[in-house]
Amino acid sequence: MALALPDLALDYTLRTVALGAMLLGLSSGVVGTYAVLRRESLLGDAMSHAALPGIALAFLLTRSKETAVLLAGAVAAGWLGSLLVNAITRTTRVKLDSALGLILSVFFGFGLVLLTFIQKQPDASQAGLDRFLFGQAASLLRRDVIVMGAGVVAVLLAVLLLWKEFKLLVFDPDFARVLGLRVRLLEVILTSMIVLAIVVGLQTVGVVLMSAMVVAPAAAARQWTDRLGLMVLLSALFGVVAGMTGALVSSLTPRLPTGPTIVLVVSGLVLVSLLFAPNRGLVWNWARERARRGQVRAEGMLRQLAALAEHHGSLEHGHPSAVLRASGWSADQVVQVLHDLESAGYVRQVSADRWAITATGMARVRPATEGDDLSDGAGHPAASRPEGTGEGQS
Amino acid sequence: MTAPQIEIQLIAAIVAAACALPGAFLVLRRMALISDAISHAMLLGIVVGFFLTEDLNSPLLILGATLTGLLTALLVELLNRTGLVREDAAIGLVFPALFSIGVILISRYAGSVHLDTDVVLLGELAFAPFDRVVVAGWDIGPKGLYAGGIILLINAALVALFYKELKLATFDPGLAAALGFSPAVIHYGLMGVTSLTAVGAFDSVGAILTVALFIAPAAAAYLLTDDLARMLLLSAGLGVAAALSGYWLAFLLDASIAGSMATMAGVIFGLAWCFAPERGLLAGQRRRVRQRWEFAQRMLAIHLLNHERQPGAEPELQVEHLWQELRWDREFATRVVSLAEGRGLVTRQNGRLELTDRGRLLAQESLLA
Amino acid sequence: MGDRQNRTVSAVEVQDLTVAYREQPALWDVDLSVPPGVLLAIVGPNGAGKTTLLKAILGLLRPVAGQVLIFGQPVEQQRRRISYVPQRGSVDWDFPTSVLDVVMMGTYGELGWIRRPGRRERERALAALDQVGMRELSDRQISQLSGGQQQRVFLARALVQDADIYLMDEPFQGVDALTERAIVTLLQELRAQGKTVIAVHHDLQTVPEYFDWVMLLNVRRIACGPVSEVFNEQNLRLTYGGRFAMAAFAREVEEAAPAIVTPDRSRSGGGNHGAGAA
Repeated sequence: MALALPDLALDYTLRTVALGAMLLGLSSGVVGTYAVLRRESLLGDAMSHAALPGIALAFLLTRSKETAVLLAGAVAAGWLGSLLVNAITRTTRVKLDSALGLILSVFFGFGLVLLTFIQKQPDASQAGLDRFLFGQAASLLRRDVIVMGAGVVAVLLAVLLLWKEFKLLVFDPDFARVLGLRVRLLEVILTSMIVLAIVVGLQTVGVVLMSAMVVAPAAAARQWTDRLGLMVLLSALFGVVAGMTGALVSSLTPRLPTGPTIVLVVSGLVLVSLLFAPNRGLVWNWARERARRGQVRAEGMLRQLAALAEHHGSLEHGHPSAVLRASGWSADQVVQVLHDLESAGYVRQVSADRWAITATGMARVRPATEGDDLSDGAGHPAASRPEGTGEGQS
Repeated sequence: MTAPQIEIQLIAAIVAAACALPGAFLVLRRMALISDAISHAMLLGIVVGFFLTEDLNSPLLILGATLTGLLTALLVELLNRTGLVREDAAIGLVFPALFSIGVILISRYAGSVHLDTDVVLLGELAFAPFDRVVVAGWDIGPKGLYAGGIILLINAALVALFYKELKLATFDPGLAAALGFSPAVIHYGLMGVTSLTAVGAFDSVGAILTVALFIAPAAAAYLLTDDLARMLLLSAGLGVAAALSGYWLAFLLDASIAGSMATMAGVIFGLAWCFAPERGLLAGQRRRVRQRWEFAQRMLAIHLLNHERQPGAEPELQVEHLWQELRWDREFATRVVSLAEGRGLVTRQNGRLELTDRGRLLAQESLLA
Repeated sequence: MGDRQNRTVSAVEVQDLTVAYREQPALWDVDLSVPPGVLLAIVGPNGAGKTTLLKAILGLLRPVAGQVLIFGQPVEQQRRRISYVPQRGSVDWDFPTSVLDVVMMGTYGELGWIRRPGRRERERALAALDQVGMRELSDRQISQLSGGQQQRVFLARALVQDADIYLMDEPFQGVDALTERAIVTLLQELRAQGKTVIAVHHDLQTVPEYFDWVMLLNVRRIACGPVSEVFNEQNLRLTYGGRFAMAAFAREVEEAAPAIVTPDRSRSGGGNHGAGAA
C-alpha cells in the first residue's frame, strides 16, 4: 500500500474519494446531532435500509445508472419508510422499536428481491448497484460528488437558517408550538435532512452501515461539550475525519470495503471519546470518583483526630497511627492520608508516628457556621466560556 | 414439486417458526432492535468461527456465534449504563462496529475460505438441499432441516417450560422480580435464545433478514390477539405463511428467496394492519364512525345536564343555538338531536331541549366512567 | 353569541370543551371563564384532565367540541399573549445547552423565522433570570441544576415572553421550600401587574394561601370561582369522591397552615392530601 503524499494531491480518483467522504461526514455529522438528541438514532437505520428498494426501483423504471436518478429513488423510499414507521406507531399498538425493525428488514428484503431480479434480466448489466450495499468509495465520480455536494449544501443551509427553530424543536416541541412555531413543518424538514444526509453517504458507506455515520459522530461529540453549537461542529469534524480516513485507506487497499472501514474509524473515535473526554469520559469519572473517595477518607480521619483531641482536651497530644486504623484501612493507607493532611496544614506530626490535629484542622471539622460547599462550582471550563459563539449575535 | 423444492420449503417454514417464538417476546418487551443488533453483530462470531472450524454447521461455530450475540446484548447494556449515551444510540454504536469487523474479515480472506459476503448476508436457501446428512451410508435429509428443527424444538421447549415466568416478566417485571424471577436471567436467557436462533437462521436467510422473521410475524400477531399463548402460535403460523408464500414469490420472479420471505412477512403485517378484526385500520375507522354518534349523544346529554339548572343558560338549551354552542356543524347537530330524541334521551318543547330521566342517567353515568 | 361580548372580556374563556384521547373522553363539556388579573388553581384527582385542560387552552390538543378564547379571540391569534411553564419532567435536562439559552427560547416566538436572538433578547433573558434569582447561574449547563433551579429556569423563560396570561403545569412540584416561596412571590408580582395565572396544582393545603380562584375539576367542571366561595367540603367531596378523607382534611384547609410544605415526590405518587387515595 503506497500512500505517498504527492500521489494524494495529484491523483484524481483519490481527490474525488476524499472530497466525497468529507461531504458524507459533514452532512451525517451535523444531522446526526439532532437525530441522537431526539432519541431517534435508529430512525436512520430504518431509512438507510429502506433506501435499497428505492435505488433498485429507480433503476428498473429508468434503466439509468446515473447517481442522481438512483439517489432520487433512495430519497423517495427513505421518506416512505419513515412515514410508515410513523404511521405504524401512531395507528397501532406496535411500538417504535418493532416498527423500525419491521420497516428496516422488510424494505431491505424487498430491495434484495429487486436486486436479484435485475441481476437475472437478460439485457441489464446491473453491475454497480451492489456498491450501495457496503459502499465503494473508489467508484465515486466527480458528477457523484457534485450531486452529494448539492445535498450537503441543502442540509447546511437548513441548519444555519433554522438554527434556533431546530434547537427548540428538539429540546421542547410543546413549547415551540405554544410560541406559534410550525412544529409539523419543522419536523418534515428535519426528517428530510436526515434522509438527505443518509442518501449523500449511500454510495460511500452503503445502506447497511450508513446509520452508524448518523449516530457515532454525534455520540462522540456529545462527550466533549455541553453546547449545541460546539456539538454540531465537533460531530461534523468527527464525521469528516472518519469519512476521509476510512475512504482513503479502503481505496488504497485491495479488498477492503469502504463502509466497514469508515465505521471502524468512527467507532474508534467514539471509544476514545467515551473514555477520555474531559468531565464526562469514563476515565475522567473514575479519577474523580477516586479523588472523592480519598477526600471522604481524609475527612473521616480528621474527624477521628478531632474527637481524640476533644477527648484529651488538648491539641498537643499526639496519637499513633495505629489508633486511627479502626475503619479497616491498611497501615500504609492511613500514613499516606496523614501525610496528605499534614501538607494541607490540618494535621501535624508531633513525633515519629505521633499525630495531632491542628487548629486549622479543628476549624475545618467543627466549623462555627455552616461548612463550605466543596462539591459546587469550580472546573467547568466550557460553562465559563462567554456566551455568543454558539448563539451567533445578529 | 420436486424433492429439493419441498425440502427448501420445509427448512424455510421451520426456521420462520423458530424465529417467531422469541420474536413475540422481543416485540412485547420492546427489544425488537436488539435482535437487529444481535443478528448483525453475530456475523463476526460466524466468520471467526468459520475461520477456525471451516464448517458452517460445526457446534463450535454455533457456540461462538451465539456468544457473540450475547456479547452484543451485554455491550449495549454496559454502554447504556454508563449514562453517556442513550439506549437507542448504544444499539446503533455497538452492532455496526462488530458487523464491520466481520465484513472486513470476509472481504480480506474471502479468497482462501469458502464464505462470501452475499451468503452470510443474504443466505442461500437454494443450496440448502445439497448439504446432506449421511448416516452409515444412508442419506437422511438436508442438514439445514436438522439444524432448524433442533433450534425450533429448543425454542418451543423453553417457551413451554418457562411460559409463566416469561409471561410475568414481560407484563409485570416488577412483580416478577419480587417473586424471585431474576430479570437479568430472563433478559439474558431471551438474548441467548435469540442469538442461537439467529445463528441457525442466518444460514438460510442471512444475517439481516432474520430480523424480518423475528419481528414481522410477531408484530402482526400482536395486532390480532390479546392472548399471549395465541399470539405465540399465531406468530409461528404467520412466520410459516411468510416462508411458504415467499418461496413461491421467489420462484415466480426468479429472485432471492430470503428477500421474498421478508417481503411476504411485510405484506402479512400490512394485511393485519389494515384488516385485523379489532385493531386494524378498517375496524378502527368503522368503530370511530359508530362511536362518533354515540359520543355526540352523550355530549349533548352532558351539555344539557350542565346547563339545565343554570340561570341565564337559556341559549345553551335552544335547539337553534345548540350547534353554535358546541361548535358543531349544523346538520350534524340536527342529526344528533333527532337520534337522541329517537332513543328517548331528550324531548323538545317550544324549541327548547330537555333531558329525560333516561338522558340524565346516561349523562351522569358518562361522567362517572 | 351576542350577549357574551357585552361582558368584560375574559382573559381565558373555555366554552363547552370536550377533549378525548382516541375514544376515551378526558374532559366532558367544560366551561371556564377567568377574569384578568386572577391567580387560578386547577385542582382535581389524578386523571381528572388538569393537564389536558391546560394543553387544550394552549391549543396543543384539538378538542372534539367546544372552543377556547383568549381575550375574546382564538388562541392562534393570541400566541404573543400567553406563555407556558410545562412540567419539569417534559424535557431532557441533559440537552447540551445553558441556562441563559433556555431562557432566551422565550423570545423565539416574537423573533419569527430565521432571525437569531441578539443583545436585546440576551438582556431580557438576564433580567428574567434576575427575577427568579438565577442570574449568577446563567452560564451553567442545564443538567447541573437542582429540581428547584430547573423550575426557576422555566419560569424565567415564561417571564421573558412578557405575556398577559401564564399557564403553569404543577410549578410547585418537587421544588425546595426556598423555590416554593420564590414562586409564590413571583405569582403575587404577576398579579400586581394585572397578569392572569392559571396553574395546575396538587397541594390542596396551600390553595387558599397561594391562589385567589380555584377550579375543581374531575373530567367535568365541579366548581369554579373565588377560593372563599367554592373551596369547600361539599365541592371537594364531589371532586375527589368518597375516597376522600374529608374530616381530617377540612380542618387542615381551615387552618391553611402555610409553614408545612410537602414537596411532592412525583405526579402519580400519592403524598398529596386527599388526592393520594386513588
